[in-house]
Amino acid sequence: MKKFLLSLTLGLSLLCGGTAALAQTPAAAPAASASEAAKPAAAPAPSASAAAAPAAAGASAAAAAASAAPAPVPNKGDVAWMIVATAFVIMMSIPGLALFYGGLVRSKNMLSVLMQVFVTFSMIVVLWCLYGYSLAFTEGNQFIGGFDRILMKGLFDPMKSEFANAATFSKGVVIPELLFMAFQATFAAITCCLIIGAFAERIKFSAMLMFMALWFTFSYTPIAHMVWFWMGPDAYTSKEVVDAMNAKAGLLWQWGALDFAGGTVVHINAAVAGLVGAFVIGKRTGYAKEAMAPHSLTLTMVGASLLWVGWFGFNAGSALEANGTAVLAFMNTFSATAAAVLAWCLGEALMRGKASMLGAASGAVAGLVAITPACGNVGLMGAMVIGFVAGFACLWGVNGLKKMLGADDSLDVFGVHGVGGIVGALLTGVFNSQALGGPGLVGDWVTAAVSSVPVADQVWIQLKAVLTTIVWSGVVSFIAYKVVDMTIGLRVSEEDEREGLDITSHGETAYSR
Amino acid sequence: MKLVTAIIKPFKLDEVREALSAIGVQGITVTEVKGFGRQKGHTELYRGAEYVVDFLPKVKVEAAVADELVDRVIEAIEGAARTGKIGDGKLFVYNLEQVVRIRTGETGAQAL
Repeated sequence: MKKFLLSLTLGLSLLCGGTAALAQTPAAAPAASASEAAKPAAAPAPSASAAAAPAAAGASAAAAAASAAPAPVPNKGDVAWMIVATAFVIMMSIPGLALFYGGLVRSKNMLSVLMQVFVTFSMIVVLWCLYGYSLAFTEGNQFIGGFDRILMKGLFDPMKSEFANAATFSKGVVIPELLFMAFQATFAAITCCLIIGAFAERIKFSAMLMFMALWFTFSYTPIAHMVWFWMGPDAYTSKEVVDAMNAKAGLLWQWGALDFAGGTVVHINAAVAGLVGAFVIGKRTGYAKEAMAPHSLTLTMVGASLLWVGWFGFNAGSALEANGTAVLAFMNTFSATAAAVLAWCLGEALMRGKASMLGAASGAVAGLVAITPACGNVGLMGAMVIGFVAGFACLWGVNGLKKMLGADDSLDVFGVHGVGGIVGALLTGVFNSQALGGPGLVGDWVTAAVSSVPVADQVWIQLKAVLTTIVWSGVVSFIAYKVVDMTIGLRVSEEDEREGLDITSHGETAYSR
Repeated sequence: MKLVTAIIKPFKLDEVREALSAIGVQGITVTEVKGFGRQKGHTELYRGAEYVVDFLPKVKVEAAVADELVDRVIEAIEGAARTGKIGDGKLFVYNLEQVVRIRTGETGAQAL
């Protein structure tokens, strides 16, 4: 009865919210220009300039471009690349992450992991389209966006056959905002899917979905907004507007935190949620006494490989254009990961005499995680160093640190994504410096001039961003788990856990007897 | 009639099969089993979680044979399956009460 009432309430509120949103006049084109600049309120014309990509509001009329310059039009190369990149990231989740995680659990729980990834992915994509994108990437305050893009309002005008545009990191360059939204949807989805590894083999399916919806809303979208939302390069027309434009950006963006593809937003965010979950849900029945070895490292390797290949879309795609930065991000993703594999194998060989497949696969993921915030922000040798360091750091994360923490983080989400994300985020602050081969950063968006921040200063900024993410995610996760536990309960019963989630939660077996 | 059951190392199966054919044993049943005796297992390590695996893969070979053949069967299997190292296995001989060939309904020694 409790469950029924809960579902009914959820369904009704979604319906009401949806109707209310639809009832609003789609007119006032997405926020963006709402502020200063008295622009001719041209209807949702896809004028690009003002729309900033990780910014939101697409179609505001001739916002920034004061002159009579024609509105930028998407470049086919950029669009083609971003479409491909988006597809690559989808592949990272399904089947990449699904198989990586699936192979690590016992065969009686294989389908449950595949299901959890597959359905979480699907649910988050839908929620992203309905309201997540709006909360993350429209103007609001330093912590969260607004409702200008609820139900994808304004992205596509069927009456005029027009698509709104979103800015990139280059002045005058745009991509369709719908494409930016799609790309970002895959990020939101995979971030939530990462958490699954921490409470695998014992969580209740419905509880997991409920937790994901809450966490996505209150941790993912705010942190994405804080780190990545800004008004875009074309909003910085002159010195006079700089302060006003900066003030509209997310809090961590304003601090100057560098996170190219999501070390904080994705990895640390998810890792902390995973660790908290492992603590709150408790250990698997029989943990440390019974054998819980991976049932298919073959599939885990397949998953890890799909993750590696797909990650090129994740990292290089975060450049939002098919340009030099994308290529830098691509190569860094390539070399850092390879270095991390070697580091982990070397570490294992030294520790216990043998390099293992699980170690090599984990090393690759560790390198990928660490290079995520760094890829477009560090130089070529810096990337290799980051990968190498991450390999060793995460090896410690899943051994020494794991023992210290004492939680049953089933698939080592914190050991790999948490440690890797933190290491990567901090080292980004080191290797971004041009003195160390890094590309530096844009210090002045009016002129797009590149400069470097002193290493110590940048590392401090990175540290603040890391700590903020950890605390925010930790608190939100804890509350979300508790809410779910108090309403529908987080765990399956012990008998169900012993029999296996495939049969008890889904009525299926992965492998015929 | 006797049922001879032998637990042997998996890679010795072909040799044992050939040795049995050579002395006239026309059919055997083979099962994959796990077990241990004095042979030690191994340790697996997955990201810091250590598992000691005691059970080793073995193969069980069963043959129903006439009493007169038993000694030669034992000799054949022993000879083919022996490596001289720990873990070679063991052989058991059971008394067979009854044997039936399902296709024809023959019983007893004719069914062997």
